[in-house]
Amino acid sequence: MPNTYARLDDVSVRYGPKIVMQNLSLDIVEGAITCIIGLSGAGKSTILRLLNGLKKPDSGRVFVKGRDITDMHERELVELRRSIGFSFQFAALFDSLSVGDNVALPLREHTKMHEPEIAKIVAATLDSVGLAHVEERFPAELSGGMIKRAGFARAVVTNPEVVLYDEPTTGLDPIITHVLTDLIVKLRERLNGTAVVVSHDLESIYMMADYIAMLFEGAIVAYGTVDEIRRSPNPIVQQFLQGSEVGPIPI
Amino acid sequence: MKVLDDVGRGTTSVFAYAGGVAELLGDSLRFVVTLRIRFRETLDQAYLLGVQSWAIVLLTSLFTGMVFSLESAVQAVSYGVGNLVGGAVAFSAARELGPMLSAVVVAGRTGAAIAAELGSMVVTEQIEALQSLGLSPTRMLVVPRLLALVLMLPLLTVLADIVSIVGGMWVAQIYAHISYESFIDSARAVLPFSDVLKGLSKSLVFGAIIAIIGAYQGLQTRGGAAGVGKSTTAAVVTSIILIFIFNFALSYIIFGAS
Repeated sequence: MPNTYARLDDVSVRYGPKIVMQNLSLDIVEGAITCIIGLSGAGKSTILRLLNGLKKPDSGRVFVKGRDITDMHERELVELRRSIGFSFQFAALFDSLSVGDNVALPLREHTKMHEPEIAKIVAATLDSVGLAHVEERFPAELSGGMIKRAGFARAVVTNPEVVLYDEPTTGLDPIITHVLTDLIVKLRERLNGTAVVVSHDLESIYMMADYIAMLFEGAIVAYGTVDEIRRSPNPIVQQFLQGSEVGPIPI
Repeated sequence: MKVLDDVGRGTTSVFAYAGGVAELLGDSLRFVVTLRIRFRETLDQAYLLGVQSWAIVLLTSLFTGMVFSLESAVQAVSYGVGNLVGGAVAFSAARELGPMLSAVVVAGRTGAAIAAELGSMVVTEQIEALQSLGLSPTRMLVVPRLLALVLMLPLLTVLADIVSIVGGMWVAQIYAHISYESFIDSARAVLPFSDVLKGLSKSLVFGAIIAIIGAYQGLQTRGGAAGVGKSTTAAVVTSIILIFIFNFALSYIIFGAS
């Protein structure tokens, strides 16, 4: 039985009148890559925000490494987030800082390392995502794929226990998508940690996922390994995987 | 019933706004008191928000001092009290015009800039990125801007005071033939140095208002580019209204009926 890194327990979330999650429960397996799939606006990214405390559920509990973080004070959450890397959909690099300074920021703020040591780690981390020698460049000077990789580098530079990826391959060409998918797998292996990936990109999910959870109408309607999900008899899952207009999912 | 409903909702939102601003200010002061300050960023912001505002403060103060002198000098001379013009200009410049004008101008320029920058960071997820890195947006972004404006606005007000008095003196000499000596003697007689300091103390409060309101509006931004525009407008309007309200309250407390 695999260990659970985090658990959403009977969680409900609403944005104004819109109910995004209703009594949703999900376990995130430690040391594995869990991919969350579902329609646009289904609340996939909200799951990531629940896991690092950026969003509080309206009801239900969120546990990370056995600790209930649901009502945790912001100061405690700050500590928790240091062990969780977050790669945002559009990377969310600080545009007033160079790429090197973006990646160095968590090291400068959370450690007592000296600048030469930080520079060495930043260079090595950028190199590991295929971005050697771009430290001096600013985010506006990078391509979409490079920005995503710089975001990966910032998310993993402190060697977090878990990395959350929000739409890591959306809007990228197939080659860069393949490169980034491979990178997520390698980074998970290097960190020996856990990864949660929100994505629509089925090809890349089949390549990297240990487990897949499908979110539909506020609940997890299917959960399993890649093979289990692909063979799922659930018509919602099959319609989604085949991209069909015909089925129980309303267009 | 609808009117009551609207009044109730409006009252609730005003209290919620005030509570949010107070919480942000309290959070910021906690970092200041515990000296968890980013000095380099504070200096950068002092330059961007303060030093780069000198030209607009100089121009507005100069012309306001000049027009004030123009209106008062000609009248004063016609009543045979031209020797009081210097005092009138210096008195109003140091106690009210300097602090108010520089605060309103800086609110328009830097309050908008703070709200727009932080609002853009919200819509591009940079604020969430800071939080996800275990960093406080208040410490990283708000405190440097707060300290920078609290430091720089009094300095800009000193500039505004000097420029408006000098401008007024020049106009009084040109249009009412009031000599520089007479103007300065009158200013010295009417305006004690303590009044200048009291005027500057108001600038400290105005600087805090501009920074906190700008930051709060920016951090509350929702809804993309349109949301940034709304936040920016709201920051400027709210700051200016609060500056006027606090100016009256502070003048009442500091100067009383003197």
